[in-house]
Amino acid sequence: MLVYIARRIVYVIPIVLSVALVCFMLVHITPGDPLVAILPADASQELANQMRAAYGFDRPLPVQFWLWLWKALNGDLGHSIATGRPVLTEVLRAVGNTVTLAIAAAIIGFTLGLFFGLIAGYFRGTWIDRVATSIAIAGVSVPHYWLGMVLVIIFSVELNWLPAVGAGPGGSSAWGWDWDHIRYLILPAVTTSVIPMGIVTRTVRSLTGDILSQDFVEALRAKGLRETHVFRHVLKNAAPTALAVMGLQLGYMLGGSILIETVFSWPGSGLLLNSAIFQRDLPLLQGTILVLALFFVFLNLIVDVVQAAIDPRIKRT
Amino acid sequence: MRIGINSKAQLFATAMLAVAAMAALPCSGRAESVVRIGMTAADIPRTLGQPDQGLEGNRFAGGTMYDGLTMWDLSSADKPSVIIPGLATEWHVDDKDHTKWIFKLRPAVTFHDGSPFNADAVVWNVDKVLNKEAPQFDVSQVGVTASRMPTLVSARKIDDMTVELTTSEPDSFLPINLVNLYMASPVKWQKFYDAAEGADAKAKSQAAWAAFARDASGTGPWKMSSFTPRERLELVKNENYWDKARVPKVDKMLLLPMPEPNARTAALLSGQVDWIEAPAPDAVAEIKQRGFKIYANEEPHVWPWQFSRIEGSPWNDIRVRKAANLCIDREGMKDGLLAGLMVPATGTYEPGHPWRGNPAFQIKYDLPAAQKLMQEAGYGPNKKLSVKVQTSTSGSGQMLPLPMNEYLQQALAECYFDVKIDVVEWNTLFSVNWRKGAKDPSATGSNAINVTYSAMDPFFALVRFLQSGMAPPVSNNWGYINNPKFDEMVKKARQTFDPAERDKALAELHAASVDDAAFLYVAHDVGPRALSPKITGFVQPKSWLVDFSTMTITP
Repeated sequence: MLVYIARRIVYVIPIVLSVALVCFMLVHITPGDPLVAILPADASQELANQMRAAYGFDRPLPVQFWLWLWKALNGDLGHSIATGRPVLTEVLRAVGNTVTLAIAAAIIGFTLGLFFGLIAGYFRGTWIDRVATSIAIAGVSVPHYWLGMVLVIIFSVELNWLPAVGAGPGGSSAWGWDWDHIRYLILPAVTTSVIPMGIVTRTVRSLTGDILSQDFVEALRAKGLRETHVFRHVLKNAAPTALAVMGLQLGYMLGGSILIETVFSWPGSGLLLNSAIFQRDLPLLQGTILVLALFFVFLNLIVDVVQAAIDPRIKRT
Repeated sequence: MRIGINSKAQLFATAMLAVAAMAALPCSGRAESVVRIGMTAADIPRTLGQPDQGLEGNRFAGGTMYDGLTMWDLSSADKPSVIIPGLATEWHVDDKDHTKWIFKLRPAVTFHDGSPFNADAVVWNVDKVLNKEAPQFDVSQVGVTASRMPTLVSARKIDDMTVELTTSEPDSFLPINLVNLYMASPVKWQKFYDAAEGADAKAKSQAAWAAFARDASGTGPWKMSSFTPRERLELVKNENYWDKARVPKVDKMLLLPMPEPNARTAALLSGQVDWIEAPAPDAVAEIKQRGFKIYANEEPHVWPWQFSRIEGSPWNDIRVRKAANLCIDREGMKDGLLAGLMVPATGTYEPGHPWRGNPAFQIKYDLPAAQKLMQEAGYGPNKKLSVKVQTSTSGSGQMLPLPMNEYLQQALAECYFDVKIDVVEWNTLFSVNWRKGAKDPSATGSNAINVTYSAMDPFFALVRFLQSGMAPPVSNNWGYINNPKFDEMVKKARQTFDPAERDKALAELHAASVDDAAFLYVAHDVGPRALSPKITGFVQPKSWLVDFSTMTITP
C-alpha cells in the first residue's frame, strides 16, 4: 500500500508543475492589460510604462514565470494588483467559504443522490425508478444559476423566509454554525447540490442495476442470505466507483461555482475568480487557479488511495 | 438558604427596578439607523484613500471617508455639479509663474484619528503618488491618481495652512483635477509604518498601507468602523465633520458588493438591503410597483461613437459625420430600448452646463436632413457607405452596448450606412484597443469605436480626444483627430486662469467639437438606483458621485 501511495505522489509532481505552467500561460495569453484595475485606460503611456516596470510586467514571460514559480514554491503567491492584499490570504479565505458551501451541498447532494440511485436501481423499470430518474435528469439538466434565481424569487422575495445574498449577518468572518448563519447557506447549498445529486443518482442507479444482475448476487440469494445482507454486498461492490464519482463531484464543488457564488454573492473561490477575471488581476487569478488545481489533484490522490483501500484489486493496476 | 422578609422585599424591589429599567430602554436610547447598500462592484473598492473601480470606487470609498482640496458640489439635482472649496478654502495661480498655485487650507480640520489636517498632510499626500523617494510612495495608488491630475508634479509647504503646488506646464484645470487626490492621515499611516516589522523600508511601507486600508483615516463625513475584504465595509457618521451641514443624518452605512444585477434586485425586494445601484433594467417596473423609488439623473457621461480620422476614413467628410448625428432617433432609443433610463445626447454637455457653449449644429433626429447630407456626400439607396464599429458585450458605463449598437445599425441604414459591428471583450476594448488607436491592427479595420467616457472634468471630456498631441500612444485620441483649431482652443482653455473665462474657453471648445460633429453623440447614462421608501432626503445630483449625508431612514 505504501509503495502504491508513494508511486501516486510521484505522479503528482509533474502534474503540479504542468498545472502551474498551464495556469500561468492561460492568464498571460488572454488579451488585456494586467494593470487595468489600477491604471485607467486614459493614463499616459509614460505612466503605464512606469507601472509595468514597477510590477515586473515588462520582463520576458519565462522570467516572470520562474520568479512566480519560485515564490509560489516558497509559499508566496504575491499580492493582488487590485487590492494589494496577499493572494494566499485572499485565496484561503475564499476557499474556506467555498468548502463550507461544498460540504453543505455534498451532504444534501450525495445523500439524496445515493437514496434516489439505490431505490431506482433496486426497483428498476418501476414507477419508483422513473420518478427517481426524472429527478436525476432534472438535476443535471436545469441550469443551476437559473435554479438559484428561482429559489431566491420564491424563498427570499416572495416568502421572505431566507436571505437572498451574503454569507451571514456579519459576513463570513463572523461565521457560526447557528440558524442565523445557516439560513444564508441553504439556498446556495441546495442550488449547488442539484448537479452532484443528479450525477450520483444516475451512477448509483446504473451500478446497482448492473451488480444486481450479476451471478454472485443470485448465488448469495441461493445461499439463503436475507435481502439486507445482499444489499450490503451490492453497496460494497458499488462503493469504489460511487466514491470516485463523489470525489470528483466534491472536487468540482470545492473549485467553487462562479455562477452560483455570484448569484448569491457568496464570498467563495468562484466569486473571487469572477472578480479576478473582470479586474485582470493576474497574480490573484494565477494564485486562485493554482490553489484550486492543486486541491483537485490532491483530492484525486486521496480518492485513489481510499479506493485502493476499499478494493485491493486497484493496487495491482 | 432561607430568604427573610427584608430579603424578599429587596428582591422584589430589584426585580421591579429591572423591569422598569427594561421598559425605559427604548425611550432612553434611540435605535441606530443603518442604511444597507448593494454596490455593483464585485469587491469593496480600495479603502486606503485612492479607490480603484472607477467612479463607483470614488463614490463609496472616496468621498465618504476622505476629502480633497477641492470637491464637487453634489447638493442639487437640477444644476450641473461644479467645483467648490473642500479642504482648501481658496486658491490662485501665481501671477508671475503660471505653473505655481497657492492653496489656503481650511483651519481646524482633523483626521478621524484626531491628528490635524495641515500643509504637511497635503505635501505628504502629494508625495504618496508623485515622489518615488518618499517612504509613503505607493505605486499601486499612482495609476488611479496621477492619471487624473496629469500635470501636477510636486507640493511645497509655505506655512501650516498654505501650500504651493507646481505643475509641469500652465494648467488651469488643476483645481478640477485635485478632486481626485484624497487626503489620508499621515499620522495614522506613520503609526502603522513604525509598527511594521523588518528593515526593508519598501516592505514596511507596503505593510503600513495594507494596515491603513483595514483601519483607514481621512477627514470625510464617514469613518470606517469595520471592514471585511470582498464582503462588507461599515462606515459610521463622523460627528466632528468640519462641514456641519454635511454631518450624516444616518448613524451607519453598510456597503455590500453585489455584482449580479438580479441578486441586487432580489436583495432589495426581500428587504436585505435598502438601496441598490443599477437595478436590473427588466425589474425596474416591478421595483416601482412594490413601492421602491427609482432615482436617475443625467450623468457627466457620454455613450458615443468615436470616429477614425485617419487617411481614407469615410468619417473625414463632415457631411457624413453630421448625417450620422441627425439620423438617430434618440427618444425612440430611450423609450423603446432603455425604459427611459438615458438622456439623449446632443453633445458632451447639455444646455445649462457651463462648458456647453452655443453650438450652431443642432443635434437632433432629422431624417430628411441626414439623407440629404449623405446624398450630397455621394451616397444613396444604391450606394451605401460601409462603416465598421468596435464595441463590447458589456462594460462599465457601456449601458446595453449590443442592443444599442444594433439600434444604431438599423437607424443608420435609413441614411444609407451599412454598419458592421465588431464585438470585442470589454477589458480588451477598453485597456488595449482604445489605447492603440485606429491605425493599430487591433482596430481590425474599424473606423469607429464605442467606448463610453466620463465627462466630469475637461481633460477627460474634451482634451484627451480633441488635442492632436493626445493621439496614441499618449492618450485616447483613438481616431487621430488633428485639428489646429482644437489645439489652439485647448491651449487657450488651459492657460486661462480666471474660472469664468476658463469655463467660457471650454464652452467654445465644446461648441466647436459639436459643430465639427467630432463624435456620434448618442446618450448620457442616468445612473439609476433603487431605494427603499424608508429612505428620504436623498438628492441625486448630475454627477457620478452622490452625497450620502443628506439621507435619513425611518425604522
